[in-house]
Amino acid sequence: MSPPGEPRRIGYLYVLPAFVVYALFLLWPLLHGAYLSLFHWDGLTVGTWAGLGNYAEAIGDPQLRGSFWHAAVLLIFYAVLPCCIAFVLVSIMSRSRPRGMTFFRTVLFLPQVVAMVAVAVAWQWIYSDHGPINGSLRFAGLGGLTRGWLGDFTWALPSVGLIGTWVEIGLAMVLFLAGVQKIPRELYEAARVDGAGAVREFFAVTLPGLRRELAIALTLTTVAALRNFDLIYLTTSGGPGDATKVPAYEVYNRTFNTGEVGLACAIGITIAIIVFAITAVINRVVEGRP
Amino acid sequence: MTSRAERLGTYGVLSLFAVIAVFPLLAVAAQAFGLPHLSFGAFTEAWRRGHFARYLTNSLIVVTVVVIVASVLSILAGYALGTMEFRGATTLFYVFLAGLMVPTEAIVIPLYFDLRSVGLDNTLPGLMLPQIAQSVSFGVFWMRAYFRSAPRSLIEASRIDGASSWTTLRRVLVPVGRPAILTMVVLIAMWTWNEFLLALVIINSSEDLRTAPLGLSIFQGQHQTEYQLLMAGALIVATPVVLVYVFLQRHFIAGMLSGAIKE
Repeated sequence: MSPPGEPRRIGYLYVLPAFVVYALFLLWPLLHGAYLSLFHWDGLTVGTWAGLGNYAEAIGDPQLRGSFWHAAVLLIFYAVLPCCIAFVLVSIMSRSRPRGMTFFRTVLFLPQVVAMVAVAVAWQWIYSDHGPINGSLRFAGLGGLTRGWLGDFTWALPSVGLIGTWVEIGLAMVLFLAGVQKIPRELYEAARVDGAGAVREFFAVTLPGLRRELAIALTLTTVAALRNFDLIYLTTSGGPGDATKVPAYEVYNRTFNTGEVGLACAIGITIAIIVFAITAVINRVVEGRP
Repeated sequence: MTSRAERLGTYGVLSLFAVIAVFPLLAVAAQAFGLPHLSFGAFTEAWRRGHFARYLTNSLIVVTVVVIVASVLSILAGYALGTMEFRGATTLFYVFLAGLMVPTEAIVIPLYFDLRSVGLDNTLPGLMLPQIAQSVSFGVFWMRAYFRSAPRSLIEASRIDGASSWTTLRRVLVPVGRPAILTMVVLIAMWTWNEFLLALVIINSSEDLRTAPLGLSIFQGQHQTEYQLLMAGALIVATPVVLVYVFLQRHFIAGMLSGAIKE
Protein backbone atom coordinates (compact mmCIF):
# COMPACT_ATOMS: atom_id res chain seq x y z
CA MET A 1 0.00 0.00 0.00
CA SER A 2 1.31 3.38 -0.89
CA PRO A 3 0.86 6.18 1.59
CA PRO A 4 -2.11 8.40 0.88
CA GLY A 5 -1.63 11.94 -0.23
CA GLU A 6 -0.30 13.81 -3.17
CA PRO A 7 3.30 13.69 -4.30
CA ARG A 8 5.31 16.13 -2.24
CA ARG A 9 9.03 16.59 -2.44
CA ILE A 10 8.99 18.50 0.81
CA GLY A 11 8.64 15.09 2.46
CA TYR A 12 12.40 14.62 2.25
CA LEU A 13 12.92 17.72 4.33
CA TYR A 14 10.67 16.41 7.09
CA VAL A 15 12.41 13.04 7.18
CA LEU A 16 15.94 14.39 6.98
CA PRO A 17 16.67 15.32 10.64
CA ALA A 18 15.42 12.00 11.99
CA PHE A 19 17.29 10.11 9.32
CA VAL A 20 20.59 11.86 9.99
CA VAL A 21 20.57 10.99 13.71
CA TYR A 22 19.33 7.47 12.97
CA ALA A 23 21.96 6.89 10.29
CA LEU A 24 24.85 8.28 12.35
CA PHE A 25 24.06 6.61 15.67
CA LEU A 26 22.33 3.39 14.72
CA LEU A 27 22.94 2.42 11.10
CA TRP A 28 26.57 3.47 11.08
CA PRO A 29 27.52 1.60 14.28
CA LEU A 30 25.73 -1.45 12.91
CA LEU A 31 27.75 -1.34 9.69
CA HIS A 32 30.91 -0.47 11.58
CA GLY A 33 30.29 -3.46 13.84
CA ALA A 34 29.85 -5.75 10.85
CA TYR A 35 33.14 -4.41 9.47
CA LEU A 36 35.02 -4.79 12.76
CA SER A 37 33.73 -8.35 13.04
CA LEU A 38 35.93 -9.26 10.06
CA PHE A 39 39.16 -8.43 11.95
CA HIS A 40 41.20 -9.79 14.79
CA TRP A 41 41.52 -6.63 16.86
CA ASP A 42 42.32 -6.00 20.52
CA GLY A 43 41.02 -2.43 20.47
CA LEU A 44 44.50 -0.90 20.80
CA THR A 45 46.97 -2.08 18.18
CA VAL A 46 46.44 -2.51 14.44
CA GLY A 47 43.96 -5.25 13.60
CA THR A 48 44.56 -8.09 11.19
CA TRP A 49 42.11 -9.40 8.62
CA ALA A 50 40.13 -12.39 9.86
CA GLY A 51 37.48 -12.84 7.21
CA LEU A 52 34.71 -14.90 8.74
CA GLY A 53 37.15 -16.34 11.27
CA ASN A 54 35.45 -14.62 14.19
CA TYR A 55 32.09 -16.08 13.21
CA ALA A 56 33.67 -19.53 12.95
CA GLU A 57 35.09 -19.01 16.43
CA ALA A 58 31.75 -17.81 17.80
CA ILE A 59 30.21 -21.10 16.72
CA GLY A 60 33.23 -23.35 17.14
CA ASP A 61 34.79 -22.25 20.42
CA PRO A 62 33.35 -24.53 23.14
CA GLN A 63 32.91 -21.68 25.61
CA LEU A 64 31.07 -19.48 23.12
CA ARG A 65 29.04 -22.39 21.78
CA GLY A 66 28.12 -22.96 25.41
CA SER A 67 26.89 -19.37 25.66
CA PHE A 68 24.56 -19.89 22.70
CA TRP A 69 23.36 -23.07 24.34
CA HIS A 70 22.62 -21.11 27.51
CA ALA A 71 20.66 -18.61 25.42
CA ALA A 72 18.61 -21.50 24.05
CA VAL A 73 17.85 -22.67 27.59
CA LEU A 74 16.89 -19.12 28.58
CA LEU A 75 14.62 -18.98 25.54
CA ILE A 76 12.55 -21.70 27.19
CA PHE A 77 12.32 -19.68 30.40
CA TYR A 78 11.74 -16.28 28.76
CA ALA A 79 9.49 -17.25 25.87
CA VAL A 80 8.18 -20.82 25.82
CA LEU A 81 7.26 -21.12 29.49
CA PRO A 82 5.50 -17.73 29.89
CA CYS A 83 3.62 -18.07 26.60
CA CYS A 84 2.48 -21.63 27.32
CA ILE A 85 1.43 -20.98 30.90
CA ALA A 86 -0.32 -17.73 30.03
CA PHE A 87 -2.00 -19.29 27.01
CA VAL A 88 -3.42 -22.22 28.93
CA LEU A 89 -4.56 -20.03 31.82
CA VAL A 90 -6.22 -17.48 29.57
CA SER A 91 -7.91 -20.25 27.58
CA ILE A 92 -9.38 -21.62 30.76
CA MET A 93 -10.66 -18.15 31.57
CA SER A 94 -11.87 -17.47 28.04
CA ARG A 95 -15.53 -18.03 28.80
CA SER A 96 -15.80 -15.51 31.57
CA ARG A 97 -15.54 -11.77 31.22
CA PRO A 98 -14.22 -10.78 34.63
CA ARG A 99 -14.56 -7.30 36.02
CA GLY A 100 -11.62 -5.31 37.30
CA MET A 101 -9.52 -6.17 34.25
CA THR A 102 -7.84 -2.77 34.28
CA PHE A 103 -6.49 -3.46 37.74
CA PHE A 104 -5.23 -6.94 36.91
CA ARG A 105 -3.72 -5.79 33.63
CA THR A 106 -1.86 -2.97 35.35
CA VAL A 107 -0.43 -5.27 38.02
CA LEU A 108 0.46 -8.15 35.67
CA PHE A 109 2.29 -5.82 33.31
CA LEU A 110 4.19 -4.03 36.08
CA PRO A 111 7.45 -6.10 35.86
CA GLN A 112 7.86 -4.82 32.29
CA VAL A 113 8.36 -1.22 33.37
CA VAL A 114 10.66 -1.67 36.36
CA ALA A 115 14.33 -0.96 35.65
CA MET A 116 16.25 -4.22 35.24
CA VAL A 117 18.75 -3.04 37.83
CA ALA A 118 16.00 -2.87 40.44
CA VAL A 119 14.66 -6.27 39.34
CA ALA A 120 18.14 -7.72 39.74
CA VAL A 121 18.52 -6.30 43.26
CA ALA A 122 15.15 -7.72 44.30
CA TRP A 123 15.85 -11.19 42.94
CA GLN A 124 19.35 -11.37 44.32
CA TRP A 125 17.81 -11.02 47.73
CA ILE A 126 15.08 -13.58 46.92
CA TYR A 127 17.75 -16.12 45.92
CA SER A 128 20.18 -15.23 48.71
CA ASP A 129 21.10 -17.40 51.69
CA HIS A 130 18.53 -15.78 53.93
CA GLY A 131 16.04 -14.95 51.22
CA PRO A 132 12.45 -16.19 51.05
CA ILE A 133 13.20 -19.25 48.90
CA ASN A 134 15.74 -20.75 51.25
CA GLY A 135 13.59 -19.60 54.16
CA SER A 136 10.59 -21.51 52.84
CA LEU A 137 12.70 -24.61 52.26
CA ARG A 138 13.96 -24.51 55.84
CA PHE A 139 10.46 -23.91 57.09
CA ALA A 140 9.25 -26.96 55.16
CA GLY A 141 11.97 -29.04 56.75
CA LEU A 142 13.94 -29.21 53.51
CA GLY A 143 16.96 -27.34 54.85
CA GLY A 144 19.22 -29.72 52.95
CA LEU A 145 18.07 -28.21 49.66
CA THR A 146 19.00 -24.64 50.51
CA ARG A 147 21.82 -23.04 48.57
CA GLY A 148 22.96 -19.73 47.14
CA TRP A 149 20.93 -20.24 43.99
CA LEU A 150 22.73 -17.75 41.77
CA GLY A 151 26.14 -19.09 42.79
CA ASP A 152 25.34 -22.74 42.14
CA PHE A 153 26.79 -24.31 39.00
CA THR A 154 23.67 -26.35 38.30
CA TRP A 155 21.00 -23.94 39.46
CA ALA A 156 22.31 -20.52 38.44
CA LEU A 157 21.04 -20.71 34.84
CA PRO A 158 17.50 -21.88 35.67
CA SER A 159 17.41 -19.34 38.52
CA VAL A 160 18.22 -16.49 36.15
CA GLY A 161 15.75 -18.00 33.68
CA LEU A 162 12.96 -17.87 36.24
CA ILE A 163 13.51 -14.13 36.66
CA GLY A 164 12.92 -13.91 32.91
CA THR A 165 9.75 -15.97 33.27
CA TRP A 166 8.58 -13.61 35.99
CA VAL A 167 9.21 -10.54 33.81
CA GLU A 168 7.58 -11.94 30.67
CA ILE A 169 4.59 -13.91 31.92
CA GLY A 170 2.55 -10.80 32.66
CA LEU A 171 3.17 -9.46 29.17
CA ALA A 172 1.89 -12.71 27.66
CA MET A 173 -1.16 -12.76 29.91
CA VAL A 174 -2.08 -9.16 29.14
CA LEU A 175 -1.79 -9.82 25.40
CA PHE A 176 -3.87 -12.99 25.49
CA LEU A 177 -6.49 -11.50 27.80
CA ALA A 178 -6.94 -8.62 25.36
CA GLY A 179 -7.16 -11.06 22.46
CA VAL A 180 -9.62 -13.42 24.08
CA GLN A 181 -12.02 -10.57 24.80
CA LYS A 182 -12.21 -9.97 21.07
CA ILE A 183 -13.28 -13.51 20.21
CA PRO A 184 -17.03 -13.33 19.61
CA ARG A 185 -18.92 -15.11 22.37
CA GLU A 186 -21.19 -16.62 19.74
CA LEU A 187 -18.29 -18.79 18.62
CA TYR A 188 -18.08 -20.34 22.06
CA GLU A 189 -21.82 -20.78 22.25
CA ALA A 190 -21.89 -22.38 18.80
CA ALA A 191 -19.10 -24.74 19.83
CA ARG A 192 -21.11 -25.78 22.87
CA VAL A 193 -24.25 -26.29 20.87
CA ASP A 194 -22.19 -28.58 18.66
CA GLY A 195 -21.28 -30.48 21.80
CA ALA A 196 -17.60 -29.48 21.83
CA GLY A 197 -15.77 -30.17 25.07
CA ALA A 198 -13.19 -27.87 26.61
CA VAL A 199 -10.37 -29.40 24.54
CA ARG A 200 -12.17 -29.20 21.21
CA GLU A 201 -13.23 -25.66 22.05
CA PHE A 202 -9.61 -24.77 22.71
CA PHE A 203 -8.43 -26.00 19.32
CA ALA A 204 -11.45 -24.86 17.34
CA VAL A 205 -12.07 -21.41 18.84
CA THR A 206 -9.43 -20.11 21.26
CA LEU A 207 -6.24 -21.13 19.45
CA PRO A 208 -7.23 -19.71 16.04
CA GLY A 209 -8.63 -16.61 17.72
CA LEU A 210 -5.37 -15.88 19.54
CA ARG A 211 -2.92 -16.64 16.73
CA ARG A 212 -1.92 -13.06 16.23
CA GLU A 213 -1.46 -12.39 19.94
CA LEU A 214 0.58 -15.57 20.24
CA ALA A 215 2.89 -14.39 17.49
CA ILE A 216 3.36 -11.01 19.13
CA ALA A 217 4.03 -12.56 22.53
CA LEU A 218 6.53 -15.05 21.14
CA THR A 219 8.34 -12.34 19.19
CA LEU A 220 8.61 -9.94 22.13
CA THR A 221 9.67 -12.57 24.66
CA THR A 222 12.17 -14.22 22.31
CA VAL A 223 13.83 -10.91 21.58
CA ALA A 224 13.92 -10.19 25.32
CA ALA A 225 15.63 -13.54 25.91
CA LEU A 226 18.39 -12.72 23.44
CA ARG A 227 18.88 -9.13 24.62
CA ASN A 228 19.35 -9.98 28.26
CA PHE A 229 22.73 -8.43 28.97
CA ASP A 230 21.38 -6.35 31.86
CA LEU A 231 20.02 -9.22 33.90
CA ILE A 232 23.07 -11.47 33.44
CA TYR A 233 25.60 -8.72 34.13
CA LEU A 234 23.73 -7.56 37.22
CA THR A 235 22.93 -10.92 38.80
CA THR A 236 25.77 -13.34 37.98
CA SER A 237 28.22 -11.67 35.55
CA GLY A 238 28.16 -14.96 33.66
CA GLY A 239 29.20 -16.99 36.68
CA PRO A 240 29.78 -19.16 38.52
CA GLY A 241 32.49 -20.18 36.08
CA ASP A 242 30.81 -19.97 32.68
CA ALA A 243 27.48 -21.28 33.94
CA THR A 244 25.38 -18.27 32.91
CA LYS A 245 27.47 -16.75 30.12
CA VAL A 246 25.22 -15.77 27.23
CA PRO A 247 26.06 -14.13 23.88
CA ALA A 248 24.73 -10.74 25.01
CA TYR A 249 27.14 -10.85 27.95
CA GLU A 250 30.05 -12.11 25.85
CA VAL A 251 29.79 -9.02 23.62
CA TYR A 252 30.76 -6.94 26.64
CA ASN A 253 33.09 -9.48 28.21
CA ARG A 254 35.16 -10.09 25.06
CA THR A 255 35.61 -6.38 24.46
CA PHE A 256 36.43 -5.10 27.90
CA ASN A 257 37.85 -8.13 29.71
CA THR A 258 39.69 -10.20 27.13
CA GLY A 259 40.34 -7.62 24.39
CA GLU A 260 38.79 -9.59 21.52
CA VAL A 261 36.89 -6.73 19.90
CA GLY A 262 36.45 -8.36 16.49
CA LEU A 263 35.04 -11.47 18.09
CA ALA A 264 32.73 -9.41 20.30
CA CYS A 265 31.38 -7.58 17.24
CA ALA A 266 30.84 -10.89 15.44
CA ILE A 267 28.79 -12.13 18.41
CA GLY A 268 26.77 -8.88 18.41
CA ILE A 269 26.02 -9.17 14.70
CA THR A 270 25.11 -12.84 15.19
CA ILE A 271 22.58 -11.86 17.87
CA ALA A 272 21.07 -9.30 15.49
CA ILE A 273 20.81 -11.92 12.71
CA ILE A 274 19.14 -14.41 15.05
CA VAL A 275 16.65 -11.75 16.20
CA PHE A 276 15.80 -10.90 12.58
CA ALA A 277 15.47 -14.56 11.62
CA ILE A 278 13.27 -15.52 14.57
CA THR A 279 11.00 -12.52 14.05
CA ALA A 280 10.63 -13.40 10.36
CA VAL A 281 9.95 -17.07 11.02
CA ILE A 282 7.34 -16.42 13.72
CA ASN A 283 5.53 -13.92 11.52
CA ARG A 284 5.66 -16.26 8.53
CA VAL A 285 4.30 -19.21 10.50
CA VAL A 286 1.48 -17.16 11.95
CA GLU A 287 0.45 -15.42 8.78
CA GLY A 288 0.45 -18.60 6.70
CA ARG A 289 -3.06 -19.40 7.85
CA PRO A 290 -4.27 -22.94 7.17
CA MET B 1 -23.37 -18.24 30.43
CA THR B 2 -20.54 -18.66 32.81
CA SER B 3 -20.95 -20.54 36.00
CA ARG B 4 -20.09 -19.15 39.40
CA ALA B 5 -17.31 -21.67 39.78
CA GLU B 6 -15.76 -20.60 36.49
CA ARG B 7 -15.82 -16.99 37.51
CA LEU B 8 -14.27 -17.73 40.88
CA GLY B 9 -11.57 -19.78 39.15
CA THR B 10 -10.81 -16.89 36.85
CA TYR B 11 -10.39 -14.47 39.73
CA GLY B 12 -8.30 -17.04 41.56
CA VAL B 13 -5.86 -17.40 38.67
CA LEU B 14 -5.67 -13.64 38.05
CA SER B 15 -5.10 -12.93 41.74
CA LEU B 16 -2.39 -15.57 42.05
CA PHE B 17 -0.41 -14.14 39.16
CA ALA B 18 -0.99 -10.59 40.32
CA VAL B 19 0.54 -11.58 43.67
CA ILE B 20 3.50 -13.23 41.92
CA ALA B 21 4.03 -10.08 39.86
CA VAL B 22 4.07 -7.68 42.81
CA PHE B 23 5.65 -9.85 45.50
CA PRO B 24 9.32 -9.09 44.68
CA LEU B 25 8.50 -5.40 44.33
CA LEU B 26 6.57 -5.22 47.57
CA ALA B 27 9.37 -7.13 49.30
CA VAL B 28 11.79 -4.46 48.08
CA ALA B 29 9.58 -1.69 49.44
CA ALA B 30 8.97 -3.47 52.74
CA GLN B 31 12.69 -3.90 53.38
CA ALA B 32 13.61 -0.43 52.21
CA PHE B 33 11.16 1.00 54.76
CA GLY B 34 12.43 -1.43 57.39
CA LEU B 35 8.93 -2.76 58.00
CA PRO B 36 7.34 -3.38 60.40
CA HIS B 37 9.27 -0.56 62.12
CA LEU B 38 8.67 2.16 59.57
CA SER B 39 11.91 4.07 59.13
CA PHE B 40 13.49 6.18 56.45
CA GLY B 41 17.03 5.64 57.66
CA ALA B 42 17.91 3.34 54.78
CA PHE B 43 16.74 5.95 52.29
CA THR B 44 18.76 8.81 53.69
CA GLU B 45 21.75 6.51 54.02
CA ALA B 46 21.43 5.15 50.45
CA TRP B 47 20.66 8.61 49.10
CA ARG B 48 23.87 9.98 50.59
CA ARG B 49 26.25 7.06 50.06
CA GLY B 50 24.91 6.23 46.60
CA HIS B 51 25.06 9.85 45.34
CA PHE B 52 21.52 9.40 44.02
CA ALA B 53 20.74 13.12 43.95
CA ARG B 54 23.48 13.51 41.34
CA TYR B 55 22.54 10.40 39.37
CA LEU B 56 18.81 11.11 39.32
CA THR B 57 19.56 14.60 38.03
CA ASN B 58 21.70 13.14 35.24
CA SER B 59 18.95 10.68 34.33
CA LEU B 60 16.41 13.48 34.29
CA ILE B 61 18.58 15.57 31.97
CA VAL B 62 19.17 12.66 29.60
CA VAL B 63 15.50 11.65 29.55
CA THR B 64 14.30 15.22 28.96
CA VAL B 65 16.61 15.86 26.03
CA VAL B 66 16.09 12.44 24.45
CA VAL B 67 12.30 12.68 24.75
CA ILE B 68 12.05 16.18 23.30
CA VAL B 69 14.48 15.69 20.43
CA ALA B 70 13.32 12.17 19.51
CA SER B 71 9.65 13.14 19.65
CA VAL B 72 10.06 16.18 17.42
CA LEU B 73 12.15 14.25 14.88
CA SER B 74 9.68 11.33 14.93
CA ILE B 75 6.65 13.55 14.44
CA LEU B 76 8.27 15.30 11.49
CA ALA B 77 9.41 12.09 9.80
CA GLY B 78 6.23 10.17 10.64
CA TYR B 79 4.17 13.00 9.17
CA ALA B 80 5.99 12.88 5.86
CA LEU B 81 6.04 9.08 5.67
CA GLY B 82 2.38 8.81 6.65
CA THR B 83 0.75 11.53 4.57
CA MET B 84 3.00 12.38 1.64
CA GLU B 85 4.03 10.50 -1.42
CA PHE B 86 7.61 10.72 -2.56
CA ARG B 87 10.13 8.39 -4.08
CA GLY B 88 11.69 6.03 -1.57
CA ALA B 89 9.17 6.80 1.19
CA THR B 90 8.33 3.13 1.72
CA THR B 91 11.96 2.08 1.67
CA LEU B 92 12.83 4.80 4.16
CA PHE B 93 10.06 3.57 6.43
CA TYR B 94 11.39 0.02 6.37
CA VAL B 95 14.88 1.27 7.11
CA PHE B 96 13.55 2.99 10.25
CA LEU B 97 11.47 -0.07 11.12
CA ALA B 98 14.51 -2.36 10.92
CA GLY B 99 16.04 -0.35 13.75
CA LEU B 100 13.35 -1.68 16.09
CA MET B 101 14.92 -5.10 15.73
CA VAL B 102 18.57 -4.10 16.11
CA PRO B 103 19.65 -5.13 19.61
CA THR B 104 21.77 -2.65 21.56
CA GLU B 105 24.29 -5.51 21.91
CA ALA B 106 24.97 -5.32 18.17
CA ILE B 107 25.88 -1.62 18.12
CA VAL B 108 27.27 -0.83 21.55
CA ILE B 109 30.89 -1.88 20.89
CA PRO B 110 31.38 0.02 17.62
CA LEU B 111 29.55 2.96 19.22
CA TYR B 112 32.04 2.95 22.07
CA PHE B 113 34.99 3.26 19.67
CA ASP B 114 33.20 5.77 17.41
CA LEU B 115 32.21 8.02 20.30
CA ARG B 116 35.68 7.79 21.80
CA SER B 117 37.31 8.82 18.55
CA VAL B 118 35.24 12.02 18.42
CA GLY B 119 35.55 12.72 22.15
CA LEU B 120 31.92 12.00 22.99
CA ASP B 121 32.56 9.12 25.38
CA ASN B 122 31.95 10.04 29.01
CA THR B 123 29.69 12.91 27.98
CA LEU B 124 25.93 13.18 28.29
CA PRO B 125 25.44 14.02 24.58
CA GLY B 126 27.35 10.83 23.77
CA LEU B 127 24.82 8.92 25.83
CA MET B 128 21.82 10.82 24.45
CA LEU B 129 22.49 10.59 20.72
CA PRO B 130 22.38 6.78 20.37
CA GLN B 131 19.23 6.72 22.49
CA ILE B 132 17.65 9.38 20.29
CA ALA B 133 18.47 7.20 17.28
CA GLN B 134 16.89 4.13 18.88
CA SER B 135 13.85 6.12 19.97
CA VAL B 136 13.40 7.62 16.52
CA SER B 137 13.13 4.12 15.12
CA PHE B 138 10.11 3.42 17.29
CA GLY B 139 8.79 6.98 17.06
CA VAL B 140 8.70 7.03 13.27
CA PHE B 141 6.91 3.68 13.22
CA TRP B 142 4.42 4.91 15.79
CA MET B 143 3.77 8.41 14.44
CA ARG B 144 3.49 7.21 10.84
CA ALA B 145 0.75 4.81 11.97
CA TYR B 146 -1.05 7.72 13.65
CA PHE B 147 -0.77 10.06 10.66
CA ARG B 148 -2.04 7.31 8.33
CA SER B 149 -5.03 6.72 10.54
CA ALA B 150 -5.84 10.42 10.93
CA PRO B 151 -8.95 11.31 8.94
CA ARG B 152 -8.04 12.37 5.41
CA SER B 153 -10.80 14.95 5.55
CA LEU B 154 -8.95 16.86 8.26
CA ILE B 155 -5.83 17.13 6.14
CA GLU B 156 -7.76 17.99 2.99
CA ALA B 157 -9.90 20.62 4.68
CA SER B 158 -6.81 22.28 6.03
CA ARG B 159 -5.19 22.22 2.62
CA ILE B 160 -8.25 23.69 0.92
CA ASP B 161 -8.02 26.53 3.44
CA GLY B 162 -4.63 27.17 1.91
CA ALA B 163 -2.59 25.91 4.84
CA SER B 164 0.96 24.76 4.18
CA SER B 165 2.03 21.27 5.14
CA TRP B 166 3.73 22.75 8.19
CA THR B 167 0.62 24.62 9.34
CA THR B 168 -1.50 21.49 8.82
CA LEU B 169 0.86 19.57 11.03
CA ARG B 170 1.11 22.17 13.79
CA ARG B 171 -2.44 23.48 13.88
CA VAL B 172 -4.42 20.36 13.03
CA LEU B 173 -2.63 17.06 13.33
CA VAL B 174 -0.45 17.53 16.41
CA PRO B 175 -3.32 18.80 18.59
CA VAL B 176 -5.59 15.96 17.44
CA GLY B 177 -2.81 13.43 17.89
CA ARG B 178 -2.08 14.21 21.54
CA PRO B 179 -2.93 10.71 22.82
CA ALA B 180 -0.64 9.04 20.27
CA ILE B 181 2.13 11.50 21.03
CA LEU B 182 1.73 10.97 24.77
CA THR B 183 2.12 7.21 24.32
CA MET B 184 5.33 7.75 22.38
CA VAL B 185 6.64 10.19 24.99
CA VAL B 186 6.07 7.91 27.98
CA LEU B 187 7.63 4.93 26.23
CA ILE B 188 10.73 6.80 25.13
CA ALA B 189 11.02 8.26 28.62
CA MET B 190 10.80 4.81 30.21
CA TRP B 191 13.26 3.16 27.85
CA THR B 192 15.72 5.99 28.29
CA TRP B 193 15.38 6.09 32.07
CA ASN B 194 15.88 2.31 32.37
CA GLU B 195 18.73 2.02 29.83
CA PHE B 196 21.71 0.29 31.34
CA LEU B 197 24.10 -1.18 28.76
CA LEU B 198 24.71 2.08 26.86
CA ALA B 199 25.28 3.98 30.10
CA LEU B 200 27.67 1.32 31.39
CA VAL B 201 29.80 1.40 28.24
CA ILE B 202 29.66 5.09 27.34
CA ILE B 203 29.90 6.60 30.87
CA ASN B 204 32.80 4.36 31.85
CA SER B 205 34.99 6.71 33.86
CA SER B 206 33.18 9.98 34.68
CA GLU B 207 31.55 9.17 38.00
CA ASP B 208 29.72 12.51 38.00
CA LEU B 209 27.84 11.63 34.82
CA ARG B 210 26.41 8.28 35.88
CA THR B 211 22.71 7.71 35.35
CA ALA B 212 20.48 6.34 38.09
CA PRO B 213 20.50 2.67 36.96
CA LEU B 214 24.26 2.76 36.42
CA GLY B 215 24.72 4.39 39.82
CA LEU B 216 22.60 1.68 41.42
CA SER B 217 24.68 -1.09 39.84
CA ILE B 218 27.88 0.48 41.19
CA PHE B 219 26.20 0.94 44.57
CA GLN B 220 25.21 -2.73 44.45
CA GLY B 221 28.82 -3.70 43.83
CA GLN B 222 29.89 -1.75 46.91
CA HIS B 223 27.19 -3.00 49.27
CA GLN B 224 26.76 -6.63 48.21
CA THR B 225 24.71 -7.92 51.12
CA GLU B 226 23.44 -4.76 52.80
CA TYR B 227 20.02 -5.53 51.46
CA GLN B 228 18.15 -2.76 53.19
CA LEU B 229 20.38 -0.14 51.59
CA LEU B 230 20.23 -1.84 48.19
CA MET B 231 16.46 -2.09 48.33
CA ALA B 232 16.20 1.60 49.18
CA GLY B 233 18.41 2.36 46.18
CA ALA B 234 16.35 0.10 43.92
CA LEU B 235 13.19 1.84 45.04
CA ILE B 236 14.68 5.27 44.38
CA VAL B 237 15.61 4.26 40.82
CA ALA B 238 12.41 2.37 39.94
CA THR B 239 9.78 4.62 41.50
CA PRO B 240 9.68 7.51 38.99
CA VAL B 241 8.78 5.18 36.09
CA VAL B 242 6.36 3.12 38.17
CA LEU B 243 4.53 6.29 39.27
CA VAL B 244 4.07 7.48 35.71
CA TYR B 245 3.03 3.96 34.72
CA VAL B 246 0.30 3.78 37.35
CA PHE B 247 -1.36 6.87 35.90
CA LEU B 248 -0.80 6.15 32.22
CA GLN B 249 -0.80 2.34 32.11
CA ARG B 250 -3.00 2.25 29.02
CA HIS B 251 -0.40 4.19 27.04
CA PHE B 252 2.46 1.99 28.22
CA ILE B 253 0.70 -1.28 27.43
CA ALA B 254 -0.69 -0.22 24.06
CA GLY B 255 2.64 1.13 22.92
CA MET B 256 4.84 -1.68 24.15
CA LEU B 257 2.66 -4.35 22.60
CA SER B 258 2.54 -2.52 19.28
CA GLY B 259 6.24 -2.91 18.58
CA ALA B 260 5.79 -6.42 17.27
CA ILE B 261 2.78 -5.70 15.13
CA LYS B 262 3.53 -5.33 11.47
CA GLU B 263 1.05 -3.93 9.03
